[in-house]
Amino acid sequence: MMLSVENLVVRYGQSTALRGVSFDVEEGQVVAIVGPNGAGKSTSLKAIVGLVPVAEGEIRFDGERIVGQRPEALLRRGISLVPEGRHIFGSLTVEENLQLGGTARADKRGVRADVRAFLERFPALARRRKSPAGKLSGGEQQQLAIARALIAKPRLLMLDEPSLGLAPLIVEQIFDIIAELRADGSTVLLVEQNATKAVELADFAYVMQSGELVMSGSSDQILSSEEIVASYFGGGPKGGTE
Amino acid sequence: MNIAQVVVDAIALGSLYAIFALGIALIFGILKMINFAHSELVTIGAYILILLADLPLPVRLILLVLVTVTVAVLMERIAFRPVRGAGPVTMLITSFAVSYLLQNLAILIFGPDLQSGAVWPELNESFQVGPVRILLLNVVTVVLTILLLVGLALFLRKTSMGLQMRAAAEDFTTARLVGVRANLIIAVAFGMSGLLAGIAALLLTAQTGVVTNTIGVQVVLMAFVATILGGMGSLSGAVIGAYVLGAISVVLQQTLPLEFRPFRDAILFAAVFLVLVFRPNGLIVTRAAKGRV
Repeated sequence: MMLSVENLVVRYGQSTALRGVSFDVEEGQVVAIVGPNGAGKSTSLKAIVGLVPVAEGEIRFDGERIVGQRPEALLRRGISLVPEGRHIFGSLTVEENLQLGGTARADKRGVRADVRAFLERFPALARRRKSPAGKLSGGEQQQLAIARALIAKPRLLMLDEPSLGLAPLIVEQIFDIIAELRADGSTVLLVEQNATKAVELADFAYVMQSGELVMSGSSDQILSSEEIVASYFGGGPKGGTE
Repeated sequence: MNIAQVVVDAIALGSLYAIFALGIALIFGILKMINFAHSELVTIGAYILILLADLPLPVRLILLVLVTVTVAVLMERIAFRPVRGAGPVTMLITSFAVSYLLQNLAILIFGPDLQSGAVWPELNESFQVGPVRILLLNVVTVVLTILLLVGLALFLRKTSMGLQMRAAAEDFTTARLVGVRANLIIAVAFGMSGLLAGIAALLLTAQTGVVTNTIGVQVVLMAFVATILGGMGSLSGAVIGAYVLGAISVVLQQTLPLEFRPFRDAILFAAVFLVLVFRPNGLIVTRAAKGRV
């Protein structure tokens, strides 16, 4: 198992965001965590990369405990998070954002080659490579954020609400990128409110609510459970709004 | 009033303020903390230059830079790192605490009295260019400021570490997510602020030739005002703020009637206050100045 999370408990002051959550990600899988706003999906990802303190439970990566390690150290182990809201560096150029993706890599020549490769892959970014990234559209910023994370050559890519706030057509593009990653055999942990699309794309999915897992299973199992679909997928596929 | 003389004096004073202000702005940009203890880095530098006045100048300069850089890095490691996650108010209070601790430590070690010495006497010679009298020290100040600004700009624009520093200044958490080593970047920034404080101490003591345990405080107050005037969180803002402050200060000094001169700083701060009424975020507003998201 590449990533395994056991009985994870996270508290923010008095309130408990995660109440003993367990899930696994196997190498080469795309795993989705879906559920309503405030279910604890983002908190799970933040706990994995060490951005929020873990109160109880274990997180293992390649079998080793990683609780309490710093985000920059975990990135060097191969875990890369594309945070919710994209968080590109708006005052830096598109190219500089991509270069930063290679911060932890020793082969600077390889980083430059990868930056060029991603600029070719995303022509919208190539056209604006010398402009401040803050001037890009929401969809382009998400492309940039994903490309920046990939330049780090992560073994596990975690995406937090990549479709949030994007127009439906752009959401399609972002999911196409994830589908390509899946085809390449990348390991992806995807957190989404856009549940149907995420589960359809995933090999395995977990449904969260109020800081707990309420169901898990293969995509088919989740999508064929009428109760689950009625409770959590009622809105059908849609782009989130900010 | 001799306009050319005013311009020359304003540039010289503004350059001095700029070197102080850059040290404050560099740390603020990354940690969103105003390091009041920056003044004590200047004070420590001043003690080295004055108390060791018997040593050859190059030896003193090397010692100066070594000590101010080391103390700056240690200051961060010992005092600020443990409270880094605790929020801006805690960090601000911590920097006050470090500042007072070092001021009082200086009294214990060196005594409360003003001490004097010749730091670099040659710099106090001056030459005449037309109607303008130029102090050699002013030339050195301006040249050093230009070198520092160009060096800093090259570092930030052209090196990987500089790029990481700019990323950390804009969004610290995300910078860590792409692999920027938080502790390393902060340590480097403090080391650079220590270097700036050392150079500030040199220019200050070369002019005054005296040191007390609070010599740094007054200049850092000016630097702090310059950074706010320019716009917190941008280095260019800090530099512009410093030159504006220097210019207002020199003009007031030249134009105020004699009986008002003791109130020069009060009038200066009133002018800054007025600027901030109309531009509450300072002259230059950056995204980073609006706080970390």
